[in-house]
Amino acid sequence: MERKKPDNQMRLEFLSKSSNESFARATVAAFASQLDPTLEVLADIKTAVSEAVTNAIIHGYGTSCGIVHIECEIKGRDLTVIIRDNGKGISNIEEARTPLYTGMPESERSGMGFTVMETFMDEIEVESVPGVGTSIYLTKHIPE
Amino acid sequence: MKIQLKLKDRTLIAKLSGELDHHSAKTVKEMLENAIETKACVNLIFDLTGLTFMDSSGIGVIIGRYKLLQGIGGKVKIVSDKQSVNKLITMSGLTRLMEVCESVEQAIMNL
Repeated sequence: MERKKPDNQMRLEFLSKSSNESFARATVAAFASQLDPTLEVLADIKTAVSEAVTNAIIHGYGTSCGIVHIECEIKGRDLTVIIRDNGKGISNIEEARTPLYTGMPESERSGMGFTVMETFMDEIEVESVPGVGTSIYLTKHIPE
Repeated sequence: MKIQLKLKDRTLIAKLSGELDHHSAKTVKEMLENAIETKACVNLIFDLTGLTFMDSSGIGVIIGRYKLLQGIGGKVKIVSDKQSVNKLITMSGLTRLMEVCESVEQAIMNL
């Protein structure tokens, strides 16, 4: 089946520095604002994107520095945000998505990242290959 | 991120303004640990009314200080009035560990 073309698209690339987390979520929110979301919906999107970008920075790349890629697509009233890294990947996705699981127990992470993404977005899909990287697909329907 | 610290008896009141994410969490954690240690604080009130954004890194900061103060018999309270912040606090289960108050005065009274 032919994949429906998006109505609008944007791409963003930045270094995996924590100072870019704010830039990334604000940019995605600015792109999403063309669908006139409520402040609550916009806050949900920003929070979910922040979690995914933070995961890419601290778990994907860790102490090394790489590029975080974001792609946003709008199809009708649906916004899809894809956050990719070429970092170390996740060996057990099911375990990583378990509430309160943290890959860094010594670092005071709450282990709520994936739970927040699942709660605040309508759909989430995770693809990961150890040693190759991780892609997180987040979709939110934005009501009129 | 701006952090204003006030001490009332042995209760530390931390007013956080701006965005609390993974980037700013480290600074917040260090400032709070330092103040708790040097001022011998027992209780902590997180005033989150000045926050414009918080993600799960903020939850980690709050739980970390809760564990620290619980160990010495202290209490932690949260003051929050933003829907987006409250949503995260509720879904994380923090409300089962500590009270969320409407004002700093109420938090102090309920200690």
